[in-house]
Amino acid sequence: MAEQGRVITYADAGVEALYEEMGRDKSIVYIGQGIGPRGGNFRQTRGLWKEYGDDRLRDTGICELGATGVAIGAAMAGTRTIVDEVFLDFALEAITQIVQQAANISYMSNGKIKAPVLVRGAMGAVRNAGAHHSHTFYNWFANTPGLKVVLPSNPYDLKGLFKSSLREPGPVVFIEHKSLYNTKGVVPEGDYLVPLGDARIIREGKDLTIIAMSRMVDLATKAAAVLEKDGVSAEVIDPRTIVPLDRKKITDSIKKTGRLVVIDESPSYCSFAGELLAIAVEDCFDELKTTPQRICSLPVPNPFSPVLENQMIPTVDRIVSEVHEMMKKPRRRS
Amino acid sequence: MSEQVVVEQISQELLLSYYKKMLELRDFELKVQELYRNGMLPGFVHLYVGEEAVAVGVCSHLETPDLVFSTHRGHGHALAKGVPAGVVLAELWGKTTGSSGGRGGSMHMYAPEYGFMGTNGIVGAPIPLATGGALSAKLRKKGHVVVCFFGEGAVNSGSFHEAVNMGAVWDLPCIYVCENNLYATEMAFKRATKNTSVASRAAAYGMRGVAVDGQDVVAVHTAAEEAIRLARNGEGPTLIECKTYRYVGHHEGDPGTDYRTRDEVQQWKAQDPVKLARKRLLESGLDENKIKAADAEVEKTINDAVEFAQNSPEPSADSVTDFVY
Repeated sequence: MAEQGRVITYADAGVEALYEEMGRDKSIVYIGQGIGPRGGNFRQTRGLWKEYGDDRLRDTGICELGATGVAIGAAMAGTRTIVDEVFLDFALEAITQIVQQAANISYMSNGKIKAPVLVRGAMGAVRNAGAHHSHTFYNWFANTPGLKVVLPSNPYDLKGLFKSSLREPGPVVFIEHKSLYNTKGVVPEGDYLVPLGDARIIREGKDLTIIAMSRMVDLATKAAAVLEKDGVSAEVIDPRTIVPLDRKKITDSIKKTGRLVVIDESPSYCSFAGELLAIAVEDCFDELKTTPQRICSLPVPNPFSPVLENQMIPTVDRIVSEVHEMMKKPRRRS
Repeated sequence: MSEQVVVEQISQELLLSYYKKMLELRDFELKVQELYRNGMLPGFVHLYVGEEAVAVGVCSHLETPDLVFSTHRGHGHALAKGVPAGVVLAELWGKTTGSSGGRGGSMHMYAPEYGFMGTNGIVGAPIPLATGGALSAKLRKKGHVVVCFFGEGAVNSGSFHEAVNMGAVWDLPCIYVCENNLYATEMAFKRATKNTSVASRAAAYGMRGVAVDGQDVVAVHTAAEEAIRLARNGEGPTLIECKTYRYVGHHEGDPGTDYRTRDEVQQWKAQDPVKLARKRLLESGLDENKIKAADAEVEKTINDAVEFAQNSPEPSADSVTDFVY
C-alpha cells in the first residue's frame, strides 16, 4: 500500500467515511443502538452526533427487527439509511427484513423501488466473546440475490469501500471485523473510492494463490512472509467484496500459480471458501497442479475458553504447515 | 382505553363516490375469484371481500405522495390508493403491464407512482417498513403521511411491537390501520391473545388508539380523517382498529368454514359495507338511477381490466435476471 495519507485506525477510517458522506449527501440517516452521543460501542460513530445531530443519528432501543425494517422502509421511500446492528450476530434478529424485504424489493417491484440501505455489523472472534457475539456468517448474505456484501480488511479499504457502498442504489451488507477496529493503516484525507467488485492483490507470487477475507488477510500475509523464507512464493489476494466478486483477478492468479488455498474464518461446509474452490474447478481446471484446499474455522460454535477458540480458528502456523504439505504433493497429471 | 369516534355526516356526493369505489373493490375480487377458479391465474390469492369500507374510508383522504404499505390481502388497498384495476389484474396474471411487470404477483405488487408501496407476503413485515416511510416523510417536511394496513394476526408479532413503539416515540406521521377480521388464517383472535381490543394496545406505546365499525365506510372515514389530520400536523401516529370480516376463506381454496360457523358469516354479511352504503344513499333521497349508473360504470371498469390484462404480453424469458440489484 503506497497510498499517501495519515496513519489512523480501522474504526476511525469508518468514522471519516461517514463524516464525509453525510456531509456530501444530506439525506443519509444513521439508525442503531448507542450510535448517537455515545459514539458507538466500537467507537465506530465517534463525533458524528455532534456534527449531524439527533435527526440524522437516531439512537434506538434494543429492537433490531424494528430498526432494520424502519431503515429499509425509509430507504424505499427515498431516504438513504444506515442501520447499525453493532454485532453482526444481532442482524439475525432482523434477517427477515434484510433478506425478504431489502434484498427482494428491486426485483419484486420491477426495478421501480430501490432500497439504498447499508446494513452494518461487526463480525468475528475477539477477546473470547463466546458463541453469541462471534459469528462470521457473511456467506448467508452472499447466498441471497439482491444483496451486496463487503468485507474490508484494513483502514484504507474500509474508507474507500464505505464511501462506494453509500453510493450504491440498493442494499449493502457492510461487515467489519471486531478485532480490526484498533488496527492502523495509511488512509488518505478527503474523497476516494474503492469500487465494489475489485479484488486487491496484496502480494504477488508464483507458487500458489492464497485468498483470504477480513481478518484472515493479515494471517495470510504473515504466512506468506514465512513461506517466502522457506522458498515458497505465495500470491495473496483479498477479494474485498464477495458480492460482487472479482472473478477475473482471482482466476487469473489461480491459472498463473496452479495452486489455491482459501483462508476463511467461517466453517467450511456450504461456505464462501467452498465457492472459491468451485470457481477454481469451473474456470481453472486444466491449470490446477493439485487439489484446491481451504483452511477454515472448525465447525463448532465459538468456544469461550481461549485454548479452545485458538484451536477453532485458523492460525499462521496452521496455514504455513498446510501449505508445505500441499507443496509436497506430486503435480497432478492433466 | 381507546377513544370513541363520533361518526360525522358526509355529503351524498361523497357517499356515492365511496359506494362506487367499494363496489369496484368487491367486483374486482369476485372477478379474480372466478378467474382463479377457472385456472386462469397462477400463484395464490387472498381476497378482500367484505373489508372494502376500510381501504376506501382511509385512502380517500390520501394524496398521491402519501404512501400506503399493505398486506397479503392487498388488492383492495392498491385499488383504493388509485392503482388502475387493469394494472392490478395484469400483475395477478403475471403480465408485463402489471404493476411489477409480472415479477411480483398478488403478494408482491408495487406501484410507487401511485404511492402504493406494496402488498407483502410476510405478516407484520410492512409495519416497520411503513414506519420507516413515515420517518422519511417526517424528515422531508412536506406534510406527507404513511398508512400501514395489517390484520389483527400481525399484532401479536414482534414486528408490530417494535415498529409502533418507534413510530410513537419519534412522533412519526404514520396511521396504523388494523383490519381486525377476527381470524389469522384459521386462528381466532380470542384464542391467540388475552386482550382482544387492538385499539387498547395503543396506550402501551403512549399513542392514540381508536376502534371503529369497519363495515361502515362513514365511520372509517371519520376516524381516518382525524388521524391523518393529526399526522400531517406533526402530532404523531394513531392506531385505528377497524372491526371487519372476510366473507371468503383465508386464501382461494380455503372454504373458511372449518373454523367459523355459517351463522357467523351470515351475521357479518347482514352488515355488508356496500349494501349499507347503498341503503343509506337511497334513504337520503338519491335517485336510484344514479346508483345504477355507478353500478354500470364499475361493471365496465372490471370488464375493461380483464380485457387489458388478458391481452397483455407475458414477460420474455430472457428478462429473468433483470432488476436483481
